Amino acid sequence: MISAVSFKQVSRHFGSVRAVDAVDLDIVPGEFFAMLGPSGSGKTTCLRLIAGFEQPTAGSISIFGERAEGVPPYRRNVNTVFQDYALFPHLNVLDNVAYGLMVKGVGKTERQKAAEEALSLVRLPGYGARRPGQLSGGQRQRVALARALVNQPKVLLLDEPLGALDLKLRENMQEELKSLQKALGITFVFVTHDQGEAMSMADRVAVFNDGRIMQVGTPEEIYQRPKTRFVADFVGSSNVLPPDFVQRYSGQHRWGSLRPESIRVTRAAKGDGVAARLVGTNYLGATTRLALDADGLRLHAVVPAGVALPVEGETVMLTFNRESLHLMDEPA
Amino acid sequence: MRSDRGQSAPLGLKIAAACGLLFLHLPILLIFVYAFTTEEKSFVWPPPGLTTQWFAVTWNRPDVWQALSLSIRVAAISTAIALVLGTLCAAAVSRTRFFGRETISLLVILPIALPGIITGIALRSAFALADIPFSFWTIVLGHATFCVVVVYNNAVARFRRTSGSMIEASMDLGADGFQTFRHVVLPNIATALLAGGMLAFALSFDEVIVTTFTAGQQQTVPIWMLEELIRPRQRPVTNVVAMVVVLVTLLPILLAYYLTRDGDQIAGSGK
Repeated sequence: MISAVSFKQVSRHFGSVRAVDAVDLDIVPGEFFAMLGPSGSGKTTCLRLIAGFEQPTAGSISIFGERAEGVPPYRRNVNTVFQDYALFPHLNVLDNVAYGLMVKGVGKTERQKAAEEALSLVRLPGYGARRPGQLSGGQRQRVALARALVNQPKVLLLDEPLGALDLKLRENMQEELKSLQKALGITFVFVTHDQGEAMSMADRVAVFNDGRIMQVGTPEEIYQRPKTRFVADFVGSSNVLPPDFVQRYSGQHRWGSLRPESIRVTRAAKGDGVAARLVGTNYLGATTRLALDADGLRLHAVVPAGVALPVEGETVMLTFNRESLHLMDEPA
Repeated sequence: MRSDRGQSAPLGLKIAAACGLLFLHLPILLIFVYAFTTEEKSFVWPPPGLTTQWFAVTWNRPDVWQALSLSIRVAAISTAIALVLGTLCAAAVSRTRFFGRETISLLVILPIALPGIITGIALRSAFALADIPFSFWTIVLGHATFCVVVVYNNAVARFRRTSGSMIEASMDLGADGFQTFRHVVLPNIATALLAGGMLAFALSFDEVIVTTFTAGQQQTVPIWMLEELIRPRQRPVTNVVAMVVVLVTLLPILLAYYLTRDGDQIAGSGK
């Protein structure tokens, strides 16, 4: 099967900075793909490489089987929703949405009809006559989405699409984007630094760090079986356990990952488990996050609300199932 | 914070402000009054009588028309050159980072920072060295040096406020470079260019120093006026022309001010 987007050993260097370093990547047609990573990890550069705003220093990129190097952005059947939306302030909403069709030479009535339809798709029917400046952030985001979708791209790129929205709006928009993607069947590639957003929306996630892909997989794979310490820590703030500690429980001298919610905290002073001293609590509403010190090793545990909490400085016992301790392949 | 709204300034301050404004603008009014005087050899106050005959006299003087026509043509062509070069330069400086960017920015602004006389002497020696005879085009070149600055400053300020991702968005939606310029860049910088262009026109129209060094036998309006002041003949004609110059240069500057007052400074209007 042809990949929607395929990277073969792609690098993009800016002087001595390796923004993207020998990345291999295959995005399946019709999937919702997330590129997750901290800022400066190369995820946005990868998106710009697909859009055509950047050219690879080395390696090859193909979009639905067609070589993309040297092809300018305006000849790619790929559209982008920009982080700052980048709406044209001098055009009204309808002309903004119809812009792509206008420059392709589609007639006025036809392109306005298509733009109206795209606005209905993003639930903004009848907003065509307004100026971008008169819209709220959420509405501008939808206009940017409609402006990209009206061109019927093969791949839709979204650069931190929800970054500028408040929490409630962001949650609504997550669901909406997901159902829109399902309904249209277009390949969505989106960039985010928010692991929760990536997990809840994407079919597959690529975790970036330092210009490289650390791991690609479904949200479950990434969460349950992180390959590296970075992934374990970045995705869901797992407890990363050193080989000496892991060896005591699994018999293998390897790095391990233990999810905070897998740890049970008991107030017994003695017993079978890891003794740890409580050094801090962090109230999160439905749960409380405990910071613990197990003989120099900093661990975090999450306990549900309503459970009686130990007091700070108290020594508690930590227990966990052996199978919830995940051994990582790579040491890094 | 204390609020001054609704509270009147002290009387002394009001008088001082009024005096300041009068000092600045009364002489200009005086010029207007002398355009109507019946005394033609010297300016005496009060005017012995009032007449509108000088308007008819001015209208019938071919040298006035020649000077006016030359000034307008020079200003129009210098402005046109400045619009093209200034915009291109502003686009390059504000959109890309390259070695020597700051230097180029400084070099572009330099002609307006230098005294006009330096620009004039420099151009004159350069023209002489290159064996270029003084003509209409040497005046245009001289004026273009400072007109470019005005357009450049206005365009750069606007480019800075224009989001770079808008140009990328246009490309992303299928527009090539030319279409992007025509449909996105130009509409966004249009008012800045109009403002810069009007200022450039006004600057060129009343420029004296650079013109004296780069003109041959031709006379632009300000040069003509200087010559006229030496000759004691039909003096009020000069005043009539002065009124026209005030109108021709003031209106574009006012328009430029209104077009860009939301945020942009009219850069270089101090020259």
